[in-house]
Amino acid sequence: MQKQAIFQSKLLPYALVAPQLAIVLIFFYWPAAQAVIQSFLLQDAFGLSTSFVWFDNYLDLFSDAAYFEAIVRTFFFSFAIAVSSLSVALLLAIMADKPMRGGSLYRTLLIWPYAVAPPVVGVLWIFMLHPSLGVLSRYLREAGIDWNPLLDGNQAATLIILAAAWKQISYNFLFFLAGLASIPKSVFEAAAIDGARPMRRFWTVTFPLLSPTIFFLLVVNIVYAFFDTFGIIDTMTRGGPGTSTVTLVYKVYSDGLLGGNLGSSAAQSVILMVMVIVLTGIQFRFVERKVTY
Amino acid sequence: MVEEEGFRRYVAHAILWIGIAIVAFPVYIAIVASTQDNALIANGQMSLLPGGHFFEVYYQTIFVGTSGSTREPVGNMMLNSLVMALLIAVGKIAISIISAYAIVYFRFPFRMPIFWIIFITLMLPVEVRIYPTYKIVADLHMLDSYAGLALPLIASATATLLFRQFFMTVPDELLEASRIDGAGPLRFFWDTLLPLSRTNMAALFVILFILGWNQYLWPLLITTRDDMQTIQVGIRKMITTTDALTEWPIVMATAVLAMLPPVFVVVAMQKLFVRGLVETEK
Repeated sequence: MQKQAIFQSKLLPYALVAPQLAIVLIFFYWPAAQAVIQSFLLQDAFGLSTSFVWFDNYLDLFSDAAYFEAIVRTFFFSFAIAVSSLSVALLLAIMADKPMRGGSLYRTLLIWPYAVAPPVVGVLWIFMLHPSLGVLSRYLREAGIDWNPLLDGNQAATLIILAAAWKQISYNFLFFLAGLASIPKSVFEAAAIDGARPMRRFWTVTFPLLSPTIFFLLVVNIVYAFFDTFGIIDTMTRGGPGTSTVTLVYKVYSDGLLGGNLGSSAAQSVILMVMVIVLTGIQFRFVERKVTY
Repeated sequence: MVEEEGFRRYVAHAILWIGIAIVAFPVYIAIVASTQDNALIANGQMSLLPGGHFFEVYYQTIFVGTSGSTREPVGNMMLNSLVMALLIAVGKIAISIISAYAIVYFRFPFRMPIFWIIFITLMLPVEVRIYPTYKIVADLHMLDSYAGLALPLIASATATLLFRQFFMTVPDELLEASRIDGAGPLRFFWDTLLPLSRTNMAALFVILFILGWNQYLWPLLITTRDDMQTIQVGIRKMITTTDALTEWPIVMATAVLAMLPPVFVVVAMQKLFVRGLVETEK
């Protein structure tokens, strides 16, 4: 795609792209390149000498049980967050898609959590479900559950999944609403005339026609769970108890913070980079298909 | 129209209200907690109805801060967050719109490579380059500064793509017309293209402002001085690991204050917000 009507100028276009290019090169490419280079180096404990070690940092990572656990945990979190948030949002969107009184009010009341920052989400949820002072913990204890997410790793993980899914409902809801609006109403009418009950109409008409939206949201939710849960985890559990809520991003952060192994931290960054590239690639392939859909 | 029986309609309303309640409950609890006495909360005896300490808690939060180690008024943190959010939003829009203008309206060597260089930054979120970026910002002496908070986040492939797409839809006749009027490239940009991009810029601004206000990992790393903290970082530091010392009413008031600006933007500028969200994800 190119414009026919253009301006002629030798220097002006360079001056116009210069600010963005400068920032991109200094703060994006240079550090990314540093991460790649460092991932092949090993520094001694005092930072006095560095040696080139090929893929040793990567091999060390993959033979490290803690790293492997973090990978599995991150994927599990992503899956759990995406599925729970998407299903709640889809249910709400289908209910709100009907022409009804107060439709726009419902929309307003459901979309605002998008604006709540992850660390605040963490604070809100840990306060509600804090073992000693949380208002909901009383009821859990009365129900006979030994609730203590600060000591029990599985409970901590559940808490993070719930909080992260809660925040993402509004985003998914909005996109489902847009997806539903783009399905022609005549399709539903045809199905209704054929005698399909609402549940059947959902599975045979709505769900298949919504599948591009669902797939798109799945990718977005996985990216969200990978990266934006950092703030939630950091305010709620700080990766604990033990390492039971350490995700890949959290591990890059906390390993580097302890000033430990620079090479390993860099290798972790590079692996994350590859994951982002794959996810973005999937997203773009899909967007292209949506255009022709 | 597919007929909707009355009963189903009630079910739909009921489910939506349950959804709204689930979404609102944590925030309701935060508001309630921010008006109560800390001792009551610490004992696990918090009431589910608002208490009478609203003014004193919010006064202390905004102007004084916690009584613990990081004694920083939240009002100042909000100011830092505001400056950072505005710098990020305005900065991203400004540098993206001029690069998109160059890429669409000029032919020059390395035009497409430059476009791709900007585009690929989509795949380099700050999380994958945390420590090397930190090192560069430290070497440039930008730790604890607004420039350090905003600059490394200011490039935007999404915004550049969005403006590029929009410029492609602008009819060529407009350029011909302003050329006949004797306008050069800068004049055309300023007088014709910029006014046409107003809605796009506004929609983008809403999204980017929220994004900027909600930044966490980056400010957490590069702010060490208490008076440079953003509100998202400040709230984390208020939760002390020894729980007994956490001043929950102040923490909750801070949470409410941290939510207020972005939530206000979403609700007050809902149309622009939805448009911005959908456009930036394309």
